[in-house]
Amino acid sequence: MTNIFNYIDRPSPIHDLTGATKLVCLLLWSFAAMMTYDTRLLVLLVVLSLILFRVSKIRLSDVRFMLGFTAVFMVLNNLLVFLFSPQHGVELYGTRHVLFSLGGSYVITKEQLFYHLNLFLKYLASIPVALLFVCTTNPSEFAASLNRIGVKYTVAYSVALALRYIPDIQREYHEISQAQQARGVEMSKKENLIRRLKSAGAILIPLILSSMDRIEVISNAMELRCFGKNKKRSWYMARPFTKWDWLAMAGSALLLAAALLLNRLNGSRFWNPFA
Amino acid sequence: MKKSPVITVVAIGIGAALFFVLGRFVAIPSPVPNTNIALQYGLLAFMAALFGPVAGLLIGLIGHALIDFSYGWGIWWSWVIASAVFGCLMGLVSKKIRLDEGVFEKKDALSFNLFQIVGHVIAWGLIAPVLDIVMYAEPANKVFTQGLVGGASNIVTTAVVGTLLCVAYASAKPRKGSLKEEK
Repeated sequence: MTNIFNYIDRPSPIHDLTGATKLVCLLLWSFAAMMTYDTRLLVLLVVLSLILFRVSKIRLSDVRFMLGFTAVFMVLNNLLVFLFSPQHGVELYGTRHVLFSLGGSYVITKEQLFYHLNLFLKYLASIPVALLFVCTTNPSEFAASLNRIGVKYTVAYSVALALRYIPDIQREYHEISQAQQARGVEMSKKENLIRRLKSAGAILIPLILSSMDRIEVISNAMELRCFGKNKKRSWYMARPFTKWDWLAMAGSALLLAAALLLNRLNGSRFWNPFA
Repeated sequence: MKKSPVITVVAIGIGAALFFVLGRFVAIPSPVPNTNIALQYGLLAFMAALFGPVAGLLIGLIGHALIDFSYGWGIWWSWVIASAVFGCLMGLVSKKIRLDEGVFEKKDALSFNLFQIVGHVIAWGLIAPVLDIVMYAEPANKVFTQGLVGGASNIVTTAVVGTLLCVAYASAKPRKGSLKEEK
């Protein structure tokens, strides 16, 4: 429960990269996966991300819990797309190869299946990399890396504070919730919706009022230490870049460049094997 | 208490942490199966009304991005940006109401709710679906339906939870000028 960001400290080449590098790579990579619907590039991204996963020594059992959520989300999203727009593929690719009909407008076409394949590949291309970032980056280094890539240090510090106080607030929520339940506040399905919202209020109000006090205490402590006086600050967890960092960033930049180039060559974001 | 920049930094950090905890661990089942009530938008509206648009924007952005991260599917940027936009729009109301002085009357509640409805409609009815189409090339009717359903339920929770929080905060805060010299 304390380690929700699931940082796994297990030495590997991926762990050795600085947090800033991994953040830049993650952004470039997910942007590349987001931009392109070219199946060939997506397959390449999927293969590369699986190789990286091997290199990082993160085991499948470490991330099974997170993968479960993601799988549900992925299937649900695909289903929704199909339910709302069974002909989306036909619109995108401009041709229509009917395979069979489910009745009404729900006709299965090759184009639609191909579109769904691409959607799945997009998830498969970006999820392992996001998981890698979460599992191999020390949360304390995260804020330092944000500052490194040009985010203002006050904002980076807000992120650091959020990460630092999530476990505290979680524990406090739990305590208040149990105290209120002992007094008969019901939040489960047995109550009707309005009552449930009201009982949520009975927990939220003490939680948030005490958090307001917390804000004052922390900001007083920071002000006493002259936070925000200088334009720059140093970070305890910051590390210098090595040649591997530059290589990793260059590699990710290349992938993004490939995605943009393919968009130009294909004339759109879609690679069309039907035309 | 005039807000120093340090207070805003801390408020963003703690606000994002609260947003994360409410969004990730506090699940109140709603009548629709597999859908939970998003309490965090009530909190976001309250924090934005208290600390202003910059704080609202960053609490929405950081809190929502952290939630997405912790699930491990990467960041669904279109919805994260919509949360940030809602926080920012909601922050504009902080100029109109004086929550930090402990004042929250009927007309303040009215403008709070007016802002939150407009904010949610813009964020979920416009920004989230349009970005979904531009960034992820998803079918329009699907994303607009998702946006409208999400937006409507967010409006209801914000109206109940957000207003409740404002009332509770204002009554816990001593009013400006509430102390009188005894003669």
